[in-house]
Amino acid sequence: MDINSNAVLLLLMAAVLNGVPLLYGTLGEILSEKAGNLNLGVEGMMFMGGAMGLGAAFYYEAAGGTLGVAAVVLSLLFAFLGGAFGALIYSFLTITLRANQNVTGLALAIFGTGAGQFIGEYMRVTSGGYVAVSNDLKAVFLNSPFPAALQELPVVGPLLFGHSVFLYLGIVLAVGMHLFLHKSRAGLSLRAVGESPATADAAGVNVTRYKYLATVIGGGISSIGGMVYIMTIASCVWNHEALSGEGWLAVALVIFCLWRPLNTIWGSILFGALMILYQRLHLPVIPDELYKILPYVVTVIVLIFTSLRNSKDKQPPHSLGLPYFREER
Amino acid sequence: MHESNTPLIRLAKRDAMPKGQVWAIRGASFLVAIVISALIFLVLGNNPLSAFGTMVAGSLGKPTAIRQTVKIAVPLLGTALAIAPCFKMRFWNIGAEGQITAGAVGASYFALFWADKLPGPVLLIVMALAGAVCGGLWALVPAFFKARWGTNETLFTLMMNYIIIGVVKWLQGGPWEGRPGSQIIPQFDSAAVLPKVLGVHCGWIIVLILTVAMFFYMKYTKQGYEIAVIGESENTARYAGMNVGRIIMRTMFLSGAVAGLMGFVVASGADNTLHSGVAANVGFTAITVAWLAQLNPFAMVGISVLLGVLDKGADTLQTQLNVPASISDIITGIFLFCMLGCEFFINYRLIFRGSHKEVAK
Amino acid sequence: MNTVHAIELRHITKRFGKVVANDSIDLTIDRGEILSLLGENGSGKTTLMNMLSGIYLPDEGEILSQGKPVTIRSPKDAFTNGIGMIHQHYKLVEVFTAAENIALGLGGKEHERKAVAAQVKAISDKYGFGIDPDKKVYDMSVSEKQTVEIVKVLYRGADILILDEPTAVLTPQETERLFTILRSMKDDGKAIVIITHKLHEVMAISDKVAVLRKGKYIGTVNTAQTSPQKLTEMMVGHAVSLNIDRPQAKYRDLRLEVKGLNCRSGEGLRVLTDVSFQAFGGEILGIAGIAGSGQKELLEAIAGLQKAERGHIFYYPPHPKSDIAGYHVPVDKAGEELVGKTPAMIRKVGVSLAFVPEDRLGMGLVGGMGMVDNMMLKTYRDTPGPLVDRKAPKALAEKLVEELEIVTPGVNAPVRRLSGGNVQKVLVGREIASTPTVLMTAYPVRGLDINSSYTIYRLLNEQKMKGVAVLLVGEDLDVLLELCDRILVLCGGRVSGVLDGRTATKEEVGYCMTHVDRGEEAEANA
Repeated sequence: MDINSNAVLLLLMAAVLNGVPLLYGTLGEILSEKAGNLNLGVEGMMFMGGAMGLGAAFYYEAAGGTLGVAAVVLSLLFAFLGGAFGALIYSFLTITLRANQNVTGLALAIFGTGAGQFIGEYMRVTSGGYVAVSNDLKAVFLNSPFPAALQELPVVGPLLFGHSVFLYLGIVLAVGMHLFLHKSRAGLSLRAVGESPATADAAGVNVTRYKYLATVIGGGISSIGGMVYIMTIASCVWNHEALSGEGWLAVALVIFCLWRPLNTIWGSILFGALMILYQRLHLPVIPDELYKILPYVVTVIVLIFTSLRNSKDKQPPHSLGLPYFREER
Repeated sequence: MHESNTPLIRLAKRDAMPKGQVWAIRGASFLVAIVISALIFLVLGNNPLSAFGTMVAGSLGKPTAIRQTVKIAVPLLGTALAIAPCFKMRFWNIGAEGQITAGAVGASYFALFWADKLPGPVLLIVMALAGAVCGGLWALVPAFFKARWGTNETLFTLMMNYIIIGVVKWLQGGPWEGRPGSQIIPQFDSAAVLPKVLGVHCGWIIVLILTVAMFFYMKYTKQGYEIAVIGESENTARYAGMNVGRIIMRTMFLSGAVAGLMGFVVASGADNTLHSGVAANVGFTAITVAWLAQLNPFAMVGISVLLGVLDKGADTLQTQLNVPASISDIITGIFLFCMLGCEFFINYRLIFRGSHKEVAK
Repeated sequence: MNTVHAIELRHITKRFGKVVANDSIDLTIDRGEILSLLGENGSGKTTLMNMLSGIYLPDEGEILSQGKPVTIRSPKDAFTNGIGMIHQHYKLVEVFTAAENIALGLGGKEHERKAVAAQVKAISDKYGFGIDPDKKVYDMSVSEKQTVEIVKVLYRGADILILDEPTAVLTPQETERLFTILRSMKDDGKAIVIITHKLHEVMAISDKVAVLRKGKYIGTVNTAQTSPQKLTEMMVGHAVSLNIDRPQAKYRDLRLEVKGLNCRSGEGLRVLTDVSFQAFGGEILGIAGIAGSGQKELLEAIAGLQKAERGHIFYYPPHPKSDIAGYHVPVDKAGEELVGKTPAMIRKVGVSLAFVPEDRLGMGLVGGMGMVDNMMLKTYRDTPGPLVDRKAPKALAEKLVEELEIVTPGVNAPVRRLSGGNVQKVLVGREIASTPTVLMTAYPVRGLDINSSYTIYRLLNEQKMKGVAVLLVGEDLDVLLELCDRILVLCGGRVSGVLDGRTATKEEVGYCMTHVDRGEEAEANA
């Protein structure tokens, strides 16, 4: 293997590592938006998920737990619950109380970042200044679940089998969500709710239930992204600086992926690549800090291009952001 | 009708509620927020009463505390004012964060490189102008694409925030860096610092003037009228012969300029330097301020002071009761949630099962 | 046997805020019968039926299905009771296919594509629909969408069908086809309710007519034993003359000349092709055509809101002797080109567009603003300085309230809160107040009760007598034939005929609406 292809391989691996948190963040938001709820609180939910997931693993170990798989499952569960809780507040306000979605989402972003940060700090203070899990457990989160023999295959080994378990779970989730949205009865109803709630309602679909479920489950999925970030990229240490901005990128990725779950697989990896390009592909003319804004610039360009095209199948859900009240006249 | 089969609660739209009742509901939402916050303090092992006491004392107890609170409320109010015309136009500008930062960059350029070349007052005026122009131009970019191709402004303005913050990070560690390796831009020359009035930088006077000006602008000027018409219906505006694209761009420039001016106020008055966190989430919080005030500038004064009290109070909590400072975001969030939720009870009427003779009000 | 009705409503009452939309209404619906629910707009027809379809819950009263009391709290409950409603604004998901829309919200195996397609085909064959299950709704014509809606409710096993204004957007031919289908469903033992305000349709299709007036139930009559005149009396509450005046103006001078006008829509579709005609001061020129034939675009092009791709619009100022107040412009034989001018410049010339879009408040008025702010919508720029001057608009608003008897809580109350007729008066009143020389209006009486409609006709006639050129886009051919001096018929964006309002028949107009080739011939006859 020559140096160049090795560099490309490393870039790809790093891209995947950085892309996976976005994969979850984006998938969750797609589910929510497909039901017509633009939840701008992803950032907050990812913070909550990050702190809760870290906390679950940390306290599990502190309580004497040694089973790596159990720690991962607990982290997933608690991260999910953290985001789902945030999304539940959002859902109650926007669906039941019909508050403005943009503003409620921003309030959730404020609340969630605060709550995540609070939990992170609180854990640090109560545990005497430093929250960390053992190196063994870190490895469980970060390393590939596949046997070494597979990982050691040249090129395809690391490329296909060298990632954390969360990539594979994420891909399964993306494919599952695709099948759900486009092949299942419930998926059809969900999309109808996002396109035209009045139509769905008239057809006997329980609009409120679908909106709640999609938003709450979506919020839970998004927040898993925050946990994955903390537990893999930030090496199981609470780091709100690093996490900030992830949620907004996820919101951007939803558009980039045109609300299609399958697109998120390559979309998030691409964004992951853009985020770390400055480390791997250093160009002397462009300073690192300017490199780091690439994902945002790319999103802006995508936004502009999608607005130039005029394809009916590539538009956001038609009722995105609008409240629904059956007796509206 | 079959009593048992009708839903327990159903909704009907309300016409208009008497003013007193409206304020009663808002007051109740406020109480609910306080109760929820109290529960959180309880869970954390603090006495809620003493926690609230500490917050009030810490934010309003002493003149120095009041000054700190005002300092927090000033950019919040100014930015909420900036957002108001956009939201009135139904242009969802969530890029105030970036527009503040862009304004701060513009102002800082003059503070850093022109401080010795310009006399004091002129320097400050130039900085203010530079802040307004930079903020305005930064807002103009998404407005242009919205006007020309209908590009989604919510996400465009959002992305613009992170782009300019990245630029400031680069300035911090690159061309404007003070001591090499410090990643910090040097403090402004004293000539580039806003003078204090009553112990607080005079930004508070600027935002109070802006409050009145914005109220006047939205209500009595032709431009304000155009903004209101476009907000109701772009088609109607076109029918009335308005150049919708141009008005969108003009309004966004104005909005960005006011936010940029706040960037100048914060950089010059509060921070005395430029850093990537200059906007400190004010751009986002201000959106909720503007919305909860229903775009009324005078109501924004009250809400931003309230949030200032919460923020400063939570800060005191940290120093006195050792509660992490991020509690302020949590409490702010709770208050926002409650205030957002309470509008529902003003606009809708709940009808409970069995109460056919509902109050016809 | 005959005592059990498919549906029986007893003392149904529904309120919206202070408005009583339905006041203790009794109604029965029977199988094997077509019932027309007749009433003016705002009489509560749709509200009543929405309580059967599960959109609203009644505040008081009882619904009986097959003689048993039921509660319909959602559309799902409605289907359980065999009730299916086809709403006026179709409830279809645009990006879904016909089959997806039909299967939406249903459980069980029926969702499987093949099973859906088979059953859709069975229904289609039975009643003679032709629909392609895989076609996306956004690619469909209105009539196709309606068919999908009907199949959707039949697919769900509905045997009580409620259709809300089903013919509003159909051509005469499509209407006839729909009626044939409805009759065959009736013969099949289904109960059918048509909500309508068109008398001739009531007479043509229904077995019985139930009349509502201002939220109250007036009575049910057998169609065979009634007449349009009697039904109108039931609807309005007193005898009305159904005749519309058509006075002859003193002057008739060329005002507008449209030559070879071509326009494209925002999506690049051709909406007007080689449109040429003349409009005269002192006449009402009716513009007829099926919905979406280019009527809206034509008016917008003249007002400068729609870019003309090719062609000319010449304006000729009124004759100095004409009565239009404030205009003493010498006759300029050359005519002034309007193409390329901004809407504001065209308005200054005196061309006024009182456009009433489908939802009434979409374009001509700002719903959330009061009358005062709406008065200055087009004139706010005319005062000097950066501030708006609300004095003159306020005076105008007060004058209109008085002269046109507009019912409003105040001149600053949002016009959205006014009733349809009053909104219309505000809009037309404002346009007339600007002393136009050309007055263009579209569907000015849509949704109005009969009295308000006649007020509008009177206002238009007054303008015509003053020498104004009135362009009127209408949907009710009977009205156009009674009110207009000439009728321009559009078909697919082309002029298919210009007919004399005094001699043309409804059949001639209807023919032109769907046949463009006969255009020249019709024009030669006119």
